[in-house]
Amino acid sequence: MAKMSPKTTQRIAMIGIWGGGFITVAILLVVIGYVLIQGIPGLSLDFLLTPPQGGLSGEGGISTVIVSTFYLVGVTLVVLVPVGLGAAIYLAEYASNNRLTRLIRYAIETLAGVPSIIFGLFGFVLFVTVLHFNFSILSGALTLVCLLLPTMIRTCEEAIKSVPCSHREAALALGTTRWQMIYRVVLPTAIPGIITAVILCVGRAIEETACLYVTLGGSAAMPSSLLSGGRTLSLHVFYLAMETRAFDKAMATGAVLIITIIIINTLTNLLSQRFQKKMKGSL
Amino acid sequence: MSRYLTDKLARYTVFTSATVSFLILLAIAIFIFKDGLPAFKEIGFIDFIFGTVWRPGQEQYGILTMIVGSTVVTIWSLLLAIPLGIACAILLAEVAPFKVRQVLRPAVELLVGIPSVVYGLVGLVLLVPAIREIGGNGFSVLAASIVLMAMVLPTIISITEDSIRAVPTSYKEGALALGATHWQTIRQVLLPTARSGIVASIVLGMGRAVGETMAMIMVIGNSIVFPKSILDPARTLTGNIAVEISYATGIHESALFATGIVLFVFIVLLNGIAVITLKRGNLGQNVA
Repeated sequence: MAKMSPKTTQRIAMIGIWGGGFITVAILLVVIGYVLIQGIPGLSLDFLLTPPQGGLSGEGGISTVIVSTFYLVGVTLVVLVPVGLGAAIYLAEYASNNRLTRLIRYAIETLAGVPSIIFGLFGFVLFVTVLHFNFSILSGALTLVCLLLPTMIRTCEEAIKSVPCSHREAALALGTTRWQMIYRVVLPTAIPGIITAVILCVGRAIEETACLYVTLGGSAAMPSSLLSGGRTLSLHVFYLAMETRAFDKAMATGAVLIITIIIINTLTNLLSQRFQKKMKGSL
Repeated sequence: MSRYLTDKLARYTVFTSATVSFLILLAIAIFIFKDGLPAFKEIGFIDFIFGTVWRPGQEQYGILTMIVGSTVVTIWSLLLAIPLGIACAILLAEVAPFKVRQVLRPAVELLVGIPSVVYGLVGLVLLVPAIREIGGNGFSVLAASIVLMAMVLPTIISITEDSIRAVPTSYKEGALALGATHWQTIRQVLLPTARSGIVASIVLGMGRAVGETMAMIMVIGNSIVFPKSILDPARTLTGNIAVEISYATGIHESALFATGIVLFVFIVLLNGIAVITLKRGNLGQNVA
């Protein structure tokens, strides 16, 4: 076979490359399009506002599931935000490059790669069994905190680091302590970035299933306290599809999930674009 | 309170929060090993890893079928995702005009954001019946691999794109100035230089694939058998834990934690490899 001319190879390669892009977009469109087309007809105010009836046909709506999801995400954030932000402040503003810092960074990197189900096992032993929180919102939320901490720390650290050094120097030159400089100058400037980090974590909390499957209990009842069980939207989709085989309801719940995720993604993109512009403008 | 005292207190507080991650990692290791080791002792390490029969009712715990299941699904999903991911990354980093990138990048971000149960659901409703037409009962390694491909694709795309972009422009200009076509430049200059990043993206994608749980449970069938073809069902390590943990007690529970240990060690190794490869790549580029 004659060797192909560079121009022909180039043309073939470009077809392949564009093909890769098209297939990727096609996968996304199939997944999202299918769920939305199948799910949206089942969506109504009624569906959102009635509790699931249980049973084999999966009658009823998702009201208690929505409440559980909000409850769980809220409790998670209450613990996650202070700890994650604190760690990010330490790493961005205080940490010197010593062995301890490297150890902490290594721990964060490793945690980020640990699969969700391992966090689930850990939460199952520590929170559900040893601490006797049982299958509950509290167990699920604390497990989620462990899972999301690396994401929170990394994104907050990025936001804090992108505050220009001149801000810090100006504050310190005015005679502030280091903490006054961080609290009054650095954090207020980094706020949009920090909010982006929080929204990102909310998104991941909503997507998460495996670690909650073994810590949250899956009760479809309205949660009454931190110690009552519950199920999130994602878990509800799983139970509907696997246990009751109510695919129409599963699709409708899936559509709610996808719409939420699209809103969250758009929000994060808009915020981070504005943040970057602001940082560039102030240089 | 004097501002100097606040300053000191704040410093200690943020330092404490920074150590939390390390403590969590330590606690995970301790708790999982503490609950998993009895199974290794009771069953025997070799019998546990290489045993082919998993019958909790008859006190038989061997996870080789699950190890094979996880491995086969991971390899197939990567075989599908690597060419697609690299093509897409080249498109994003080099070829696509600005407007296309503006559509493609959010699409890739959205792929990351879709919950794994939604992938599982679409797989269950679309893929499984389609594969049933070809043969078998539909719940299969093939269905799981395709679902998993969609899930690891974004990891491979974003890290590969970053590493292609990190190649100094002078390299590209040099190649083009020598009369190379755009594709020759990409293949013989950009991709080799970005190699470490590409390898790292694949290793990280592998980590994601091995760790995925819910979507796998939904489409792989969960039978404890060696899959003889890609149309056969199988069970993954992660699926084994999730499916049985809620009712397991005693040595059975311990065996599930031991499954977790195998998974944990595997993932930590994979991440170590990824981090080292990425660091080495960055060093090389700094020197250049």
